[in-house]
Amino acid sequence: MPFILRRLGFYVVAAWVALTVNFFLPRWVPGNAVEAIMSKFPSLQPAAYHALEAMLGVGNGGSIWHQYGSYLVDVLHLNFGISSSEYPAHVSTLLAQTIPWTLVLVGTATVIAFFLGTLLGILAGWRHGGWLERLLPGLMFLQAIPYFFLALLLLYLLAVNVHIFPMGQGYAGGLIPGWNWSFISSAFFHSLLPAFTIVITSVAGWMLQMRNVMITTIGEDYVLAAQAKGLRNRRVIFSYAARNALLPQLQGFGLALGFVVSGAIVMEIVFSYPGIGLLLLNSVTSDDYPLTQAIFLVITFAVLIANLIVDLVIVAVDPRVRTREAA
Amino acid sequence: MTTDLSGPVPVPAGQAGHGRFAGEPVLSIRDLSVVYRTMAGDVRAVDQVSMDLNAGEIVGLVGESGSGKSTLAYGATRLLRAPAVITGGSVLYQGRRMDTPIDVLQLSAGQLAGLRWQEIAIVFQSAMNALNPVMSVHNQLTDVIRTHLRVPRAEATEKAAGLLDMVGIPRTRLRSYPHELSGGMRQRIMIAMALATDPEVVIMDEPTTALDVVVQREILGQILELKDRLGFAVLFITHDLSLLLELADRIAVMYAGELMEIGTATEIHHEPAHPYTKRLLHSFPALHGPRKELAGIPGTPPDLHSPPPGCPFLPRCTEGTDACSHIDVRLARVTSSADPEHMTACPFVLPDRPDAATSGSALSIRPSTEELTS
Amino acid sequence: MATAPPLPINVELPALEETPPRQLGRWRRLPLKAKAGVVLLGFFVLVAIIGPLVAPYDPGFQNPSPALSMAAPSAAHLLGTTQSGQDVLSQLLSGIRLTLELALLVGVIAGALSVIVGVASAFLGGVWDELLSLLTNVFLVIPALPLLIVLLGYLPHTGQTATILVLALLGWPWGARVIRAQTLSIRNRDFIAASRESGERGWRIIAFEIVPNEVSLIAANFVNTVLYAIGASVALAFIGVTNLSSWSLGTMLYWAQSQQALQFGAWWWFVPPGLAVALMGTSLVLLNTGIDELGNPRLRDANQRARINGRRLLPTDPTPVLSATLPAGRQSPVMAFMRSFSRSAYVSDRAQRLSAPKPSEGQR
Repeated sequence: MPFILRRLGFYVVAAWVALTVNFFLPRWVPGNAVEAIMSKFPSLQPAAYHALEAMLGVGNGGSIWHQYGSYLVDVLHLNFGISSSEYPAHVSTLLAQTIPWTLVLVGTATVIAFFLGTLLGILAGWRHGGWLERLLPGLMFLQAIPYFFLALLLLYLLAVNVHIFPMGQGYAGGLIPGWNWSFISSAFFHSLLPAFTIVITSVAGWMLQMRNVMITTIGEDYVLAAQAKGLRNRRVIFSYAARNALLPQLQGFGLALGFVVSGAIVMEIVFSYPGIGLLLLNSVTSDDYPLTQAIFLVITFAVLIANLIVDLVIVAVDPRVRTREAA
Repeated sequence: MTTDLSGPVPVPAGQAGHGRFAGEPVLSIRDLSVVYRTMAGDVRAVDQVSMDLNAGEIVGLVGESGSGKSTLAYGATRLLRAPAVITGGSVLYQGRRMDTPIDVLQLSAGQLAGLRWQEIAIVFQSAMNALNPVMSVHNQLTDVIRTHLRVPRAEATEKAAGLLDMVGIPRTRLRSYPHELSGGMRQRIMIAMALATDPEVVIMDEPTTALDVVVQREILGQILELKDRLGFAVLFITHDLSLLLELADRIAVMYAGELMEIGTATEIHHEPAHPYTKRLLHSFPALHGPRKELAGIPGTPPDLHSPPPGCPFLPRCTEGTDACSHIDVRLARVTSSADPEHMTACPFVLPDRPDAATSGSALSIRPSTEELTS
Repeated sequence: MATAPPLPINVELPALEETPPRQLGRWRRLPLKAKAGVVLLGFFVLVAIIGPLVAPYDPGFQNPSPALSMAAPSAAHLLGTTQSGQDVLSQLLSGIRLTLELALLVGVIAGALSVIVGVASAFLGGVWDELLSLLTNVFLVIPALPLLIVLLGYLPHTGQTATILVLALLGWPWGARVIRAQTLSIRNRDFIAASRESGERGWRIIAFEIVPNEVSLIAANFVNTVLYAIGASVALAFIGVTNLSSWSLGTMLYWAQSQQALQFGAWWWFVPPGLAVALMGTSLVLLNTGIDELGNPRLRDANQRARINGRRLLPTDPTPVLSATLPAGRQSPVMAFMRSFSRSAYVSDRAQRLSAPKPSEGQR
């Protein structure tokens, strides 16, 4: 338990750093940037205008610490301000519309890729020198491809040339989002190619990492002891070798989450998938700072929460972690 | 006719020790050779070593690092990993539950799995490394019990608790993980684990090297007591000869992959028949008796990639001559010894033997070797 | 001098599959992956150096002629043209140089930063270690790309220099963490204590004892950072955050995407830059794996073992015995028949027969 509390404390610190960077950045940059932001808003209600001023630190809305405090309160209430590109929509509304799409797609695909990659890695580490080894150069190539490039290729090959998959979007045009079969099936169908892209590019990484850890773990004495005990191969591989190799693998997963999410988001742009990635593209090209900032915060918080979940899994799997902190 | 070892080996009712007496060899290694195949060439880690292990006795295997003692033991049970290859010899095992001996080197993987632990168990050197860090003590004890003895979970747990009682560890420790235990406790659990399926032979690979002297004493005492109670034989591997002089019944001395001398502990202690053994005996101080000068053995063991011809100890031996580099070093009986099985590989300590180089046939060649040369 | 007939100490072992001479040059002994990586990377460095000099056109030169808009590869334009008639090949060559330049610079700066922070944190210990570690971990856990976007979004100029600095700013934590761990373990080793006892000054210990032991780690870290820099810079350009007036590979992809090259089937516009990025990345990953294997003896041994043995052995397979006959059923009759034709099988069978114990062996 103390371990989890320490990790939680760390994530709170990290979140605070992200918030603070977000807050102080526009204030450190020469004033021109702020006025440029302000000029993008066509016509604002006075209240909203003041709110925006407060958020960006224009004018004399109180001491800087006062502004900081109200900024933090706003964030806690999930009030990220008003978007300038989609004016007058609230940023939080836009986020609420797009987050579920990204969460379902990227979340599911990443978990699938992790499981698949880890399993393949166990096999590859065990059967060292087997046919899986021949795949290694190809896998390394896959790992080096930027997510979005593979997306472009797959889209070109499978959607443009041969019309197997849809060209993009989250669902077929003309359908109304809702809990009906036609919508859900269309959404599922449209998510296949993006999910496939995520799985293919990330499986290689997980597999390579697990393979290396397995090879190191197999050299440990307790695996030899398990062999000497005459246990079944399956038990030696999974309960002795893989179970120990899983720990560094999980830690690596936590660290890599940031990269996975970043890559997946950029990939959404290629598919015009209605997730956060597309929103990010729009907000960047139209210089919508409130929206850009908010997206950054949301993504960061999501990654922190995911890291916390991974830490919980590690505590469940590794008994040494529990007692080390209690000692 | 070999015994089927794919399942648990049944003990015929009322026939403990059928066909065998205590004192008969339970493990018989004959001319075992192990080679490591590396990119830089082949390394002869063990070179035609022969030795016997009798029921209920403790045989100590002593040598420097790299002398091949661990390789011999692991090779005999075929636990060595690539790039090791066994290139010759046989390892005959006959436990009390078996009619005829079987050659471990001829077994298939399935038969070997049946032999492992149930007949021949191993206590590894560092219990911290040899125990699975993420499995509880209970699980590590019961998985081997259930694999070999096919008993239900409750019974396996009870047996595991009984094992802990046997080595003097409180039963509550079943729930513990290895990192929560002290070094001595871990080693005792390793020993308990080794005895879980009542083996005939227990190979102990430097079990007390990683422990401090006080705990060492306790563990050794425990081992002796258990051996007397359960009747298993022990192959005790160590680099500490002084330990073996007190503990072992017989001692085998290895150097550079070859067996230099083998005999009872008393004979080795008082009438060593090999220069290497003599130097080893002089390397540690005795607690009683006159003070003598401590001497190490200058030099280093030979490079096993390209072993020099003849006796491997020659470069460091004070009694060697040119003839030593021409002989084929094989064990021969020490006729002057009180122990009829006292063997040595050095021709110089056999006073009634002429120069080995000039009359090779005078070497008491073992029958198996003679047949091979024809 | 009559001697006894020599005892058959040696078994004639079948020839190893590869027996390179023992004195191999350092290059020859490198694993294949590392060599491939070096060659591939060298190719790109070459292109980066001479590419823009031999480019047929100016990358930004727009040709208004409609026939040349998104034209397929031809003699005049080896990789076709873009929407506004620019030559894709020239853009590619210039892009490779820009991207590689940027990535290498980021690698050097971030690499130096990570070594400094990592070693300092481990060596100083105490409060400094806690603070630096906290800083490192915070920047590790915050996702890089969104933060980069936000940082670059506020900067007035987003040219090459700004991009390099920002990337380096976020690129050091990974290496710092790894180097800190390694330095900690080295610091506790005996030879460092010996240096301290003999009165060597701190910085001398760092420079001459610690850092030389971490060279392979620092090299691997550098390669990783360059990889990250390539990926991040291309992704940033693709989103449109960085300066669009310079012709980097990411910029090419941005324009290809926004001008809908995909829908028009103009594969020559987006495939070459993407492929270039992928290949550069692959060469770095290969290089890294090679360095990994050099540094991690178990990986290297495992590779060698896998190659040396005639058969692929699983770790739980019992130690093979050459003089024993194969247990029945191990080989199917078809395999045995086919195997009888191979030379290696002949050699090993002969060896087995030579060393096989006589029939009387095995009984006592």
